[in-house]
Amino acid sequence: MIRLSVPFRQALSRLTLPVMLMLSLGTVLVGRADQGLADRLRDGLNDLLAPAYALMAGPVQAVEQGGGVLGHLLDLQGENEALRAENAKLLQWQAVAMALEAQNDALKSALKYVPPAAPDFFTADVVADLGGIYARSVLVMLPSASGVTPAKLVGAVAMDGRGVAGRVVEAGDRSARVLLITDLNSRIPVALGVQGRPALMTGTNGPEPALLYWAPGQPPQEGDMVLTSAAGGAFPPGLPVGVVHYDAQNDPVVLPLADLDALRLLRLFCYPSNEPELTTVHAVVHVTGLREREPAVKKKVVVIYVPAAKAAVPAQEGGH
Amino acid sequence: MSGARRAPLRRSVNVWRRLDAISRHAWPGMVMFLGLLVIGLPFGVPGQAALRPAYAMACVFFWSLYRPASLPAPVVAGTGLLLDLLGMSPMGMWAVLLLVLQGSTLAARRRLIPQSFLLTWLVFTAFAAGATALAWLLQSLLELNLLPPGPEAVVCLAAAGLYPALAAFFIRAHRGAAAAELA
Repeated sequence: MIRLSVPFRQALSRLTLPVMLMLSLGTVLVGRADQGLADRLRDGLNDLLAPAYALMAGPVQAVEQGGGVLGHLLDLQGENEALRAENAKLLQWQAVAMALEAQNDALKSALKYVPPAAPDFFTADVVADLGGIYARSVLVMLPSASGVTPAKLVGAVAMDGRGVAGRVVEAGDRSARVLLITDLNSRIPVALGVQGRPALMTGTNGPEPALLYWAPGQPPQEGDMVLTSAAGGAFPPGLPVGVVHYDAQNDPVVLPLADLDALRLLRLFCYPSNEPELTTVHAVVHVTGLREREPAVKKKVVVIYVPAAKAAVPAQEGGH
Repeated sequence: MSGARRAPLRRSVNVWRRLDAISRHAWPGMVMFLGLLVIGLPFGVPGQAALRPAYAMACVFFWSLYRPASLPAPVVAGTGLLLDLLGMSPMGMWAVLLLVLQGSTLAARRRLIPQSFLLTWLVFTAFAAGATALAWLLQSLLELNLLPPGPEAVVCLAAAGLYPALAAFFIRAHRGAAAAELA
């Protein structure tokens, strides 16, 4: 231990607070100037904490799944009745769903429908609820054998058993942060109802995201199904999000299907970035087989769009 | 011969005493740090995120008031930074706010200590209201966007509600596990 004189020690202790205050203010400025710094620090911290959280979250979940939390215990009978009623209803829906599935399969085979490529997905444990008061996010622990790189994981769609919960915004080696659809910064293009009318679902920091920018004259209908839309290329189309509801202020909101307050497991879907990056290539194409009405057109310059990766080859051919 | 035997015995007692003293000194800071991590567990409590700053404020206020030597400013700043990294608030914001809270608590310390618990609680609520109002203002300024003040009000209410329960726990620790003079 270093021995300091009493007045020096007193001066030091009086100075620590102002000095730390100045340092903290400096941190605020640095964080403001370099937004990536905070993200990198968060990634590191999350990776560090995720195993510890997974360890601590285990007993919490065991207690919950084994005995039920206190609130569930108090309302066991009521919940039981509700579940019975719901089960009976769901069994009817099961029959309807199976009939529809069969019909759908028949229609698809009649149309020679090519299904889109199935995305890679894996299941991740929600180990911590690390949102702030203006941020809704959860921390998930990545399984060790997931085999995805952090860069590929950013942007992955997170779903719980029922619907879209959010997207991965930050990913480290062991953990990833999922921004929930209720976050203030969440903007998701959605399709409403059977016709798939476009709208934008924006997080409000509350439990129900709001709907904005629907087509004029076609307001969202109460009870419309809300699905993701491919507009903007951020989400694959057709993932279930929620149901339209008009709140007390008569504004349309979305009741999310996902149980956002009690997320335990999330499935992370890494959609391949299979939307080809389109580049223009000028090429001379001999057009043959035109009808007699257009005999003048024998040679025509067309612009064809090819995936960026293949663009190099035809561009060279077009040169000579 | 007896003197030769006593020497290592005394030294080992010294080591244990020193460890004891260190652990008593570190108790407030460690409990604050661990509590912040535990609040991150997915308990499914609504408004769980609001508890984290409320808890940190109550810890800083209580220990700055009754045992300021055990909660030095660097620990408070570090806790604030952890709070920002865990809670997605602008980096360093809660470090500044917690240090301001500590500074104002230390300034009011002499007048506050002889007062009743009820008055201390009221003063803490006022401090927490000031800190959360500042938090709202700072975040709105840093994000260049007028954020809804509701969540910060929830933090303030949570702090006011949490304080008596935490104080009951801390007063016991203040006399036992964190009492550096008992080591």
